[in-house]
Parts: sequence; C-alpha cells; structure tokens
Amino acid sequence: MTSIKIIPKKEDTTIKNTNEKKENKTENKDIEQSNKIVLPGDILVESIDFLTGYGTYRDGKTIYSKILGILRKKEHVISIIPLSGPYSPKPNDFIIGEVAYVGYSNWKVNFGHPNDATLPMSGVPEFIENGADLSKYYKRGDLLFAPIDSVTKNMIIQITMKDKRARKLFGGKIISISSSKVPRVIGKDGTMIAQIKNKTGCVINVSQNGRIWIKGDNEPLATKTIKMVEKLSHKKGLTEIISKYLDEELKQMGIKTQKSEDTEKQ
Amino acid sequence: MASNIPEKYKTLIKNNKRIDGRTLDELRPVKIKVGVIPSADGSAYIEIGNTKVLAAVHGPKEMFPRHMINEDRAVLNVRYAMLPFSTSERVRPGPSRRSNEISKVTRHALESVIFLEEYPGMGIDLTLDIIQADAGTRATAITAASVALAHAGIPMKGLVAATAIGKINDRLAVDLNGPEDNFGQTDMPIAMISTNKNITLLQMDGDFSKEEFKTALSMAKKAIEPLFEAQRAALQKYYK
Amino acid sequence: MTLLYQNMQYIRNNIAKNREDGRTSEQFRDITIETGIIGRAEGSARVKIGDTEIIAGVKMEIGTPFPDSPGEGIIMVNSEFSALASPDFENGPPREDSIELSRVVDRGIRESKTVDVEKLCIEKGSKVWMVFVDITIVNHDGNLIDAAGIGAITALLTAQIPTINEDGTLNREEFVGSLPIKEIPVPITSGLINNTIITDMTKDETECSDAIFTVTTIENENYCAMQKAGPSEMTEKQMLDIANIAQKESKKIRSAIKATVKKHKI
Repeated sequence: MTSIKIIPKKEDTTIKNTNEKKENKTENKDIEQSNKIVLPGDILVESIDFLTGYGTYRDGKTIYSKILGILRKKEHVISIIPLSGPYSPKPNDFIIGEVAYVGYSNWKVNFGHPNDATLPMSGVPEFIENGADLSKYYKRGDLLFAPIDSVTKNMIIQITMKDKRARKLFGGKIISISSSKVPRVIGKDGTMIAQIKNKTGCVINVSQNGRIWIKGDNEPLATKTIKMVEKLSHKKGLTEIISKYLDEELKQMGIKTQKSEDTEKQ
Repeated sequence: MASNIPEKYKTLIKNNKRIDGRTLDELRPVKIKVGVIPSADGSAYIEIGNTKVLAAVHGPKEMFPRHMINEDRAVLNVRYAMLPFSTSERVRPGPSRRSNEISKVTRHALESVIFLEEYPGMGIDLTLDIIQADAGTRATAITAASVALAHAGIPMKGLVAATAIGKINDRLAVDLNGPEDNFGQTDMPIAMISTNKNITLLQMDGDFSKEEFKTALSMAKKAIEPLFEAQRAALQKYYK
Repeated sequence: MTLLYQNMQYIRNNIAKNREDGRTSEQFRDITIETGIIGRAEGSARVKIGDTEIIAGVKMEIGTPFPDSPGEGIIMVNSEFSALASPDFENGPPREDSIELSRVVDRGIRESKTVDVEKLCIEKGSKVWMVFVDITIVNHDGNLIDAAGIGAITALLTAQIPTINEDGTLNREEFVGSLPIKEIPVPITSGLINNTIITDMTKDETECSDAIFTVTTIENENYCAMQKAGPSEMTEKQMLDIANIAQKESKKIRSAIKATVKKHKI
C-alpha cells in the first residue's frame, strides 16, 4: 500500500520537475528570443542565482538594466546588447584611426573616442632607432587599421601594428556608424559584409569602433547599403533584404550604363 | 505671490476643476519624441501642456574646459536656456543668474543616477533649450534630459522625471500651468528616480505647512508615474 | 566632429563627378518651411534644409529710436549657435561664425528695406517698435545662412503686431495687424570646392570648401546683400556664376515662402 502510494508521489514529483524544467526553458527562450527593449532602471531579474553582465547592475537581490538595449540571458549571466551609445574600447578590437600627432617615441591616433590611442615605437614591426623621425613610418593624417593592445582603467589605450592584419589604409573613404550596429553590418559568420563586398566589388574594412573603410568604384552604393543595414538593423531576414536591394540597384545601374553607351553610339 | 491679481485669475479652482479643466491631481497632456536632432548623440523633444523643450546630449567626449577634467569620472555639463522668443517678454540671449542656477540644480538632479565613473576624464554635454515657456520649464527639461541621456546610451541607475506641486486657492495641485504659477501661492518643482522614487531635485517657494509638504510629496510620487510611462513609451516607440 | 583628412581628400577629389548625397552641383536638398510653431512669439517659423534645422521667432517691444533715425522702428536679427546642434558650438559669448551668420541675415533684411521701418514709429523721437528676430540652430548640417534667412523672413511675414494698452503695456493676445513688409529677400549660398561651384553645401562639404559666397536676391531679381567668406580667392567668373545661381534658386524658394505664408494666414 505504502509503496503504491510512494510511486505515484515519485511520479508526481518527477512530472512536476519536468514541468518546472520546461517552464524554465520556455522562460529562458522567451528572454533570449524576445527583442523587447529595456531601459535604464528596468528590473531584469530578482534572484541571486544570476550574474551581472554588460549593461547591468545589482542592487540587493535585484539586477537592473543601466542602458537602453535588448536583454540577453546566457546561462547565468544577464546582459544588455546596447542599441546606442559610445564605443567602449576593448583589447583585441580592431579600430580605424587617423594619426593625429607624431611624437618623439610614439604616435597619437584619433579613432573617434575622447581619448586618442597611443601607438608606441615598440608597437611597430620595424626596428626603429631612438631619435629617428617617426613621420617616415606614419605621418599626420595617415589612416591605420589596428587592434587594441591594452586599455587601462583610466582609459589609456594602446594599439599595435605588429598584428598580421594591421595595416595602413591608402585612398578610399571612411564612413561612421554607431558601434552598436557593427555586429549587424558584419552579419552572422560575416555573411552580410561578404555579400556587400562581393556584389559591389569594393574593398571594405569594418572596425569595432564603427568606422568602415570603403574603396572601389561602387563606393556610393556600398555606403548607401551599409547605412541601410544600420537603419534596418532590428529587422529579421536582413541579409535577404539587402541581397535583393543590391541586385536591384546593380541592375538599374547596369541599365543606365547600357543606355549611356547606346546614346554614345547614336 | 503677485499682489495685483487680474480678476479672471482670482478663482483658480471652481467645482474642483482648474482653469484649464484639469482636476487637482491631473498632469497636463504630455508628448515626448526621441531622436529629433540627428547631429546629437541623444536627443528628445517634449511638450507638457504649452511648455516645449528640446534636449540634446553630446558625448561622452573630450572634456572642455580642460581645467575642469576629473580623472576619476566624467563631468556632466548642463546648459539650460530659455530661447529669446519662448516667453511673452523677449529673453535676452546668453546666461543669466536664473539660467545658471537652474543649470546647476538640473545637473545635480541627473548626476546621481549616471554611472559617471565609467568615463573618467571625459565630459557629457547636456543642452536644454526652452522653446516655449508656460511654467514648469525646469521639471519638463529634466524629464526630457533623462530621455535624451538614455537615447545616447549613457548608463544610468534609472530614469529621472520631474513635475511641480503647487498651492492655488489654498489647495494642493499637480503640475502648475502659467497662470497658476504666476498667481498661485506655492510652487515646488520635484524630480524622482524611476527605480526607488528617491528625490534628486526639490525646490520650493511660497508657503506650505508641515502637513501640506508631506501631502505634496506623496502627490508628486503619484503624479510622476505617468511621466515615467511616457518616457518609456517614447523610447520604445523610437526603436520599433 | 571634424572631418577625417582622408574623407576631405575623397570629397575634394570626387566633387566634380559626384556629391556624396548624389545631388547635382547646383541642386538644393529638400526644403520644408513651417509657420506658427511658437505660440509665445509674435511670429515664428521652422526651416529644414535636408538635415539642417533652424527655428526663427519674432518678438516685438516698444523702445526708443536711434538718435539718427528718430522716426524709424528698429529691426534686429540675432542668431544663437545653440550647443543643441553641435558639440563644436561651445557655450558662452557668440563666436565669429555666429556673429557672421546674424549679420549676413540682418543685412539681407535691412538693406532690402524688407520692413517699412517708418511705419513702425509710434511717437517720433521717443517711441518706436523694436522687432527682434531670433534664430536658433537645432541641427547643423551646413548652409545655415540660407536656412536662417528663409526662417527670418517667413517669421516676419507671419508676425502680428500686439495692441498697446492705455497704460502703455502690451496686450499680446490681441493684434492690430501684420508687420509692414515690402520685400522677400532670399539668401543663396554656394561654395568653391576644388574649383567646382557647389550650392547648398552640407557640413562636411563646407569643411572641404575653399571659399563661400552668399548672395541675397529680392523679388525684382536684384541683389541686396552679398558676403564672401572662406580663405581662398575667387575669380570674377565664379562670382558671377554664383550670383546667377542665386537669382535662379531664390525664385523657387521665394514662391515656397509665399505659399507657406498664404496657407498660414487662412
């Protein structure tokens, strides 16, 4: 008798457990999938089982949002993906900056942040002798694509040119977008930027600070397309939309050039 | 406050209704729009009744003037100004004693919610331009400022909204309009944080008993709630 | 934000072929004019040229005339480079640019005898109307002078004169009529970028420009005010060409102003 009673109880509890788990899962999914916008001061979770990630703060048991953005929950970390705001420099991020000042032993590089980045003499692949004229290597106005080497708490930012991908950019043009939209312009596994490069035939370098370098004949179209991605960044199926848009624009341009050729013939 | 009150403003409350038809605890109509100034990092336009304000945030950026730099945290620079055509008598352009004081209390009203320590050595510029003034300009400006700051992605503990509680014809009323402010007895602008409802700005001039002050505080707490909702709705609408 | 050296080079090199926003060299951006936007002002207007936005408001007061013109009212145009529009506009006393803007617009209105100042006299030698036109820049994307000029004249055209009470104070709720306006001056600004004439320059284009020339035209196609700015020299032909453009473009804008004011008065 008792054993019979116990078995259903066990079943009950197991059923309850799975239910709870299911509920938890759906809850997590809801949070992960929903594009609900949270604002500074919004309560995100009231539990000590979670850790505060980017854009959040804790007060007692409660975790609040401190910026405007979209909530993300990954395992036990709650964080906010910002929808706007300044770029916060992190090591290994690639930035595009302009040499603003050539010093005795370093360069100051402006990359749209209030504090210029420093490129020390030791951050250059070549060996430079003390007292050499540093403007032989990089001069004022040169554009650099380089990773951040270190960031101190007081926002002293150092970059390096020793990375394989770091380089000086020649010609072309820079456009600026909000750094929070950079992941969208790159796309999942780089699909978005790859299709813009392929279809426009432009050389494009995207940096984490929101500056994008474009070089090629179709630069106006590439610029327009990237600005469109920035504007529509919240849309689903954006890669498709952009693909269609580019095809359409290129087709029109093709017709135009054909027409002008025709008139020339006449 | 004013000694010679025009006949039509002697009775500011009739049958529990105010001259603009509101009840005593009713705010004027609120309209907020986000992102109205493309060249700013964050911006908002707000209308509360006939008071209209533009707010813009630039930064965090290089701090000017340089001698004001704080190496441990960002400095919030607030500039409140009434545009020359915002009132019936033209306002002389440029800072005045009044605008300097309001800039200062507005800075204090917002500073405590901003995580300024995340931007050491930098400056955040907040410009508040009163396009049209009809009482409650500082409260309206603070409500707009907090929206513009959120839009700029500045980290904050919560939003800040503000209104005024006043005394007209010996009774307490929420969010005074122009005539009520001019011919009423008391005006108390007040700002609160959305999360814990703590007070970041309070000024008062006129006459309150201890009891009235207590009631005014709880009235403010209730009256500010719809402002938080309007701020939230405006920001969410912008990103939809 | 100041323009990157690289982008400046890019704009200058490409300006003859194409402008960044795809306009032709003489083409204006879209212009919108709104009236009656500030209830407290005697007259007001909001003007947008592309992303540039200004608000103009007219306030009237009674004052004493200047000793050399005792029978004439006073018109004053003042512009504020509010820090709303750009972090470059620092707070404090007006800077050169702001004063230049005020004065160019002021001269356009004064020299064209836009307002019949004799009709603004209340009591010769002691009491005249003082008309203040205040302009605030809400968003700065270049060509502020044209936007301010259009805003100023539109606000003046919609302005209503308050009635004077017996005790000499003003009743700003009742009006005696419109201001005596005889003329609609319209400033048109073009610049020289790498020897190409460019009309209605954006902020970036203005930063790349070598010289700037503002020409204000009145109804009979005569010019009433001019201002050459920018560090570089201009040829006679360039100046005449720009003046021609001003004649052509101001016509279109003047009829837009008239249409807006007509609508406002209904």
